[in-house]
Amino acid sequence: MFDTANLTKLIFGRLTLESLPLHEPIIVGTFAMVALGGLALFGALTYFRLWGYLWKEWFTTVDHKRIGIMYMVLGIVMLLRGFADALMMRLQQAIAFNGSEGYLNSHHYDQVFTAHGVIMIFFVAMPLVTGLMNYVVPLQIGARDVSFPFLNNFSFWMTTSGAVLVMCSLFVGEFARTGWLAYPPLSNLSYSPDVGVDYYIWALQVAGVGTLLSGVNLICTIVKMRAPGMTMMKMPVFTWTSLCTNVLIVASFPVLTAVLALLSLDRYVGTNFFTNDFGGDPMMYVNLIWIWGHPEVYILILPAFGIFSEVTSTFSGKRLFGYTSMVYATVVITILSYLVWLHHFFTMGSGASVNSFFGITTMIISIPTGAKMFNWLFTMYRGRIRFELPMMWTVAFMLTFVIGGMTGVLLAVPPADFVLHNSLFLVAHFHNVIIGGVLFGLFAGIAYWFPKAFGFKLDPFWGKMSFWFWTVGFYFAFMPLYVLGLMGVTRRLRTFDDPSLQIWFIIAGIGAFMILLGIASFLIQIAVSVLRREQLVDTTGDPWDARTLEWATSSPPPAYNFAFTPVIHDNDAWWDMKRRFYARPLTGFKAIHMPSNTGTGVILAGLSTTMAFGLIWYMWWMAAGSFVALLAVAIGHTFNYHRSFHIPADEVVSVERARTELLAAGAKS
Amino acid sequence: MRYWKTLALLPLGFALGGCNLVVLAPSGDVAAQQRDLVIIATVLMLLIVVPVMVATAMIAWRYRQSNQAATYTPDWDHSTQLELLIWAAPLLIIICLGAVTWMGTHLLDPYRTLGRISADRAVTPQDKPLEVNVVALDWKWLFIYPEYGVASLNELAAPVNRPLDFRITSSSVMNSFYIPALAGQIYAMPGMQSRLHAVINKPGVYRGFSANYSGAGFSGMRFAFHGLSDAEFSSWVEKAKASGNQLGKPEYLTLERPSANEPVRYYASVDSDLFRAILNMCVETGKMCMSEMMAIDARGGMGMAGISNTLPLAYDKFAGRGAVFGAEPSFVAGGVCLPGDQVTRMAEDSSPTVLAPLDWTPLQGRGLDRPGLMRPSKASFIPLPTSKSNS
Repeated sequence: MFDTANLTKLIFGRLTLESLPLHEPIIVGTFAMVALGGLALFGALTYFRLWGYLWKEWFTTVDHKRIGIMYMVLGIVMLLRGFADALMMRLQQAIAFNGSEGYLNSHHYDQVFTAHGVIMIFFVAMPLVTGLMNYVVPLQIGARDVSFPFLNNFSFWMTTSGAVLVMCSLFVGEFARTGWLAYPPLSNLSYSPDVGVDYYIWALQVAGVGTLLSGVNLICTIVKMRAPGMTMMKMPVFTWTSLCTNVLIVASFPVLTAVLALLSLDRYVGTNFFTNDFGGDPMMYVNLIWIWGHPEVYILILPAFGIFSEVTSTFSGKRLFGYTSMVYATVVITILSYLVWLHHFFTMGSGASVNSFFGITTMIISIPTGAKMFNWLFTMYRGRIRFELPMMWTVAFMLTFVIGGMTGVLLAVPPADFVLHNSLFLVAHFHNVIIGGVLFGLFAGIAYWFPKAFGFKLDPFWGKMSFWFWTVGFYFAFMPLYVLGLMGVTRRLRTFDDPSLQIWFIIAGIGAFMILLGIASFLIQIAVSVLRREQLVDTTGDPWDARTLEWATSSPPPAYNFAFTPVIHDNDAWWDMKRRFYARPLTGFKAIHMPSNTGTGVILAGLSTTMAFGLIWYMWWMAAGSFVALLAVAIGHTFNYHRSFHIPADEVVSVERARTELLAAGAKS
Repeated sequence: MRYWKTLALLPLGFALGGCNLVVLAPSGDVAAQQRDLVIIATVLMLLIVVPVMVATAMIAWRYRQSNQAATYTPDWDHSTQLELLIWAAPLLIIICLGAVTWMGTHLLDPYRTLGRISADRAVTPQDKPLEVNVVALDWKWLFIYPEYGVASLNELAAPVNRPLDFRITSSSVMNSFYIPALAGQIYAMPGMQSRLHAVINKPGVYRGFSANYSGAGFSGMRFAFHGLSDAEFSSWVEKAKASGNQLGKPEYLTLERPSANEPVRYYASVDSDLFRAILNMCVETGKMCMSEMMAIDARGGMGMAGISNTLPLAYDKFAGRGAVFGAEPSFVAGGVCLPGDQVTRMAEDSSPTVLAPLDWTPLQGRGLDRPGLMRPSKASFIPLPTSKSNS
């Protein structure tokens, strides 16, 4: 009884030739470009014999600095994908008027807006935030690495695996057509029987493992590995916000994992958690996903707040105003972020008292946030503000974010939310806080810490181009959406019947195009900076006359970060050291104990990807085989006893001597 | 200089003047009160936002590095008075806003019946609310008027200055019922009823739509809302009555099949139990109603017997059910009798038996055809003999 159809089904599950989107010219074109680009990259890497280098020095590295950089690269690559989705939406909405269907059918368009949201949150903002925390936090607290270096590598590759799965859905099968939070009943098997939602579930589950473990890792690092003298209230503010963010990650991501697990049980084994009948309750999903989802926005914004604190203080040449109240504000936001989730669905009909409670808790969050805003303002007050790129992003943030904060509080008033919920006003609001807050913060952070990571500054001209295109483009792209929201236009529409709306979508499209130029300028900035690295070089390790500990070591820092663990006396540790005429130790170096590289993280993440792929396509042999292999590799790894090595004292001596010479040469010139 | 600034703002004024900011200029009293809250909240927040923005610009300018004349205090990092101010100022605003929110949320609770027709006219006992049952279907809106026994598809009409009592549900996925000119939105959810009380004060034609993404045909899920004078509304009802279309359960089961951009349709008569059956998810013959099941459960349930009280599912709303590792699709059978039963079925079943699909291959995939890809197992159904409206 072995017929071919059954055999094919056994091997390929649901995967057939029809699953390849060959009938969508846009996707075929994209695939051709990606394939060509990929082949060119592959060829170049092979030609220049870089595979070994990449594997040994980068892919298998456990150095938090390199992992941080890889996170940033992942985030920037995915930004291009997520932004391409945004441009497609803007174009569709700008032309689909007067009976025109636009150029995207609903099957494609609905995937585009879902993918845009998922990618931007999970695979752009999260990797960029995690990358900066990974890079900066150990340096700021005077540690040699994170607490669990191997876990860090594994976390990165799990996040990447999630991204790979999302990218895979573009060319093999399809992505979810449910909106970025995949509300049931729409995401149930009954209404989304295709692979899209399964791609969504498994991409987030795999990436979620990475995020959660990296959260655990950074909490341990911050709690246990601070340099002597650095009490909690002497930690730099960025470290504080990172700590709070990672607490949020550890407390909220398991909720996401659980709710997606329940949804996958509904889809795979026919349970009825979120179905319409048999006692299922879709409202429960909406509650659970927002219990994760609201803390998630603070996971993104808190590190950005930390970056702004560092930048404001550094470029104003002044101590941060109200350090203590800044810390308490951060902690209060962390706690309150768990008490507001229902404001995402006031319109579900929870009743006036419940709605008011959640509305008012939401407004209360604006108090510590407002306090932070004032603290930055008073840090600038009576300072000497240098308008370098990071500071420009910070001022743009302060002016933009207050608008987003105001519209956010407005949406927290339930009756106002009834008329603005799900409208383009809401879309404008959260882009206002995510672009104006998180993204501006990330760009400030990148410009600020880039010289630390690479030893040369970023080119200021292209940086300013990027800055102006982004900020002006942002206002052009999203202010019209506020207006459209007040005109009662809802989100996720593919076609429109009212021609008077079109002009606003065209303006928004122009804004999106300006942002495209901003992204292009950013990439050009990096390329130009690499080419001009000789002129932009920084030999001091402290190009901004900064205040925190990461600027005490060389740029880029040696693998071991600090030859001697510094002792901390002040929350602006490096500023304090400079003021006390701190002298770098030149003798007495010892061998340094460091973790060894390992390829296990890459292998485990690769197996997780194939397991997820098997589960998505019902290729059970692949899922089961990968799972068994996953266990075997994980157990096998525990028998690896060569986990660490010593950097010999001679090597430390020579590295430090090179730095001494560099500093001397810099001082002379 | 000042004139130039005004001139520069002119294009913006024209642009905004040319568009219809319906949220800020609604025609229903509920939406107008919601608009008032939007404005009050915005003004309250501007009290603090504008000074912050101005101060940011001024401080950034004054303390720029090149201005060596400005005071520079590198170690000044604390001031108890200022700290008090920066926590107290937002707190005061939020206390005001919180009070407004608490009152506004309770007064404008969509479940609450109206207290006034408009700002200067209270509701009197003579103002009998017009009940409208709203069903969000894939992807169209069905409006049932129990008082008149008529229904309409993708068109809603109501007399001006009469309280409206909407009872809202959905047939399959979540939608949101929203007419910006009338009142705020409320979700439409399957198996659940949400309520909305509102009133329209000015005659006119307004936009209504689903404000929650619900799948492929979502963009076309629009309807016109007609605010009519009493006489016009009567003739609207007459027009519906004259249409001759019937809406019974079999017709409904055909109607609820996914379709997009449906034209307006009227129904002269509607099965009086239809809405309750939709709400209790038991339009199909032989399926237990949710209300029935809840009544049984309230008495302790049926114990182990309940497990076997299921029938194999011939179809469930034309969708693929039955997960790959799950049990065979089934549903809970109705008609279970308890001793001394007050539990009644939703309706007497006088309607003809629901006909099974011709094609029994497992139905996979709810939705419109995917462009360029043929779905082989799109089930075809025996045309229903009484269905005149869905040809």
